[in-house]
Amino acid sequence: MESVVDLALLGLLAVTAFGVLRLRNLVAVVMLMGIYSFLSAALFVVLDAVDVAFTEVAVGAGVSTILALGTLALVGTRQKRHTKSPLIPLLIVLVTGGMLVYGTYDLPRWGQPDNPVHGHVAPEYLADHVPLAGEEGNVLEVHIPNIVTTVLASYRGYDTLGETTVVFAAMVGVLTLFVGSRRPRRTGGPPADEEGGSGAS
Amino acid sequence: MRDQIILRIAAKILIGPILLFALYVQFHGDYGPGGGFQAGVIFAAGVILYALVFGLDRARAAIPTGVVTWCGTLGVLIFAGVGVAAMFMGGNFLDYGVLLYDAEHAQHIGILLVEAGVLVTVFGVMVTLFYSFAGRRRSR
Repeated sequence: MESVVDLALLGLLAVTAFGVLRLRNLVAVVMLMGIYSFLSAALFVVLDAVDVAFTEVAVGAGVSTILALGTLALVGTRQKRHTKSPLIPLLIVLVTGGMLVYGTYDLPRWGQPDNPVHGHVAPEYLADHVPLAGEEGNVLEVHIPNIVTTVLASYRGYDTLGETTVVFAAMVGVLTLFVGSRRPRRTGGPPADEEGGSGAS
Repeated sequence: MRDQIILRIAAKILIGPILLFALYVQFHGDYGPGGGFQAGVIFAAGVILYALVFGLDRARAAIPTGVVTWCGTLGVLIFAGVGVAAMFMGGNFLDYGVLLYDAEHAQHIGILLVEAGVLVTVFGVMVTLFYSFAGRRRSR
C-alpha cells in the first residue's frame, strides 16, 4: 500500500515538473511549483519526516510562492523563447544525470538497519532520548519528546546557527540589491529615501 | 484589495489565529512537529496576509521596516549570545548544560532561547524580503 502511495506521489511530481518545463506563463509555473512543494511534503509525511514536511509546506509552498509572485510583478509573467540550440544543455544534463545514477550504485540499500547512517551517532541520540531499560543515559540527557527538536537545537546547534546565519545573509543580500538600486532614482526628492533604507547599513 | 469585503473579513478573522498558531508551533516544538523555522514563517505569513489585503502602508505602519530588519539581526545575536553565555559559564560554545544549576533543565532553557532566536530571525527576514519586493513594485 505504501509503495502505491509513493509511486502515485512520485508520478505526480514528475508530471508537475514537466508542466513547469513546458509552460511559458510564469504565474502558472509558480503555482505548479507550489503544488510540487505540497507533493514533496506529502512524500516526507509518508517517510515519517513530519518536521521536514511542515517546513516544506510553510516555506516552499507558502512564502516562496508569495515572493516568486512578487518577483513576477517586477519582471513580467511571460518567459522569453529560447533561440539557441538545446543540444549542448541536453548533453550536459544527460551526462550529469548519468553520473548521478551511476553514483547511486555505491549507495547502501535503502532502509537497511545496518546502513552507516544508523550506526554513527544516531543510536546515541536515541539512547539519550529514550533511555533503554537498565541503561543509564549518556552525559547529555535532554528528554524532549520531539527528538528532531533535540537534534536540531542541541546536538546540532552549530548547524542550526549556521542556517540562521544563512537566512540572515539572504536578508542582507536582498537589502543590498534593492536599497542600493533604489537610491539613484530618487535623488530629486529629499524625504523619499526614508521608508526602505533604515537599518540597512 | 481593500474593497473586497469577503477577503477583508476573512483576513480579519484569520490573521489572529494564524499568529496564535505560529506561537503554538513555536512553543509546542518540543513535543510535536514544529520549531523556530516553521513558526517564524507562519508568523510572517500572518503579517504578509495583512499587507496583501489592507495594503503595504498599513502593514508598515503596524510593523515598520526598521523593526523587521532589526528582528532579522537580533535573532542571530540571541542564538550566538546563548552560545557565548555558555562559554562564560564555563562550558563550550552552545553547550546549554552549564547555563543553569540542573543540566537537563538548562538544556530545555537553551533550546527554548535558541528556537526563539530562530523565530525572530526567520520572521524578520521573511517580512523584510516581502516588504522589499512589494515596495519596489509600488515605486515603479
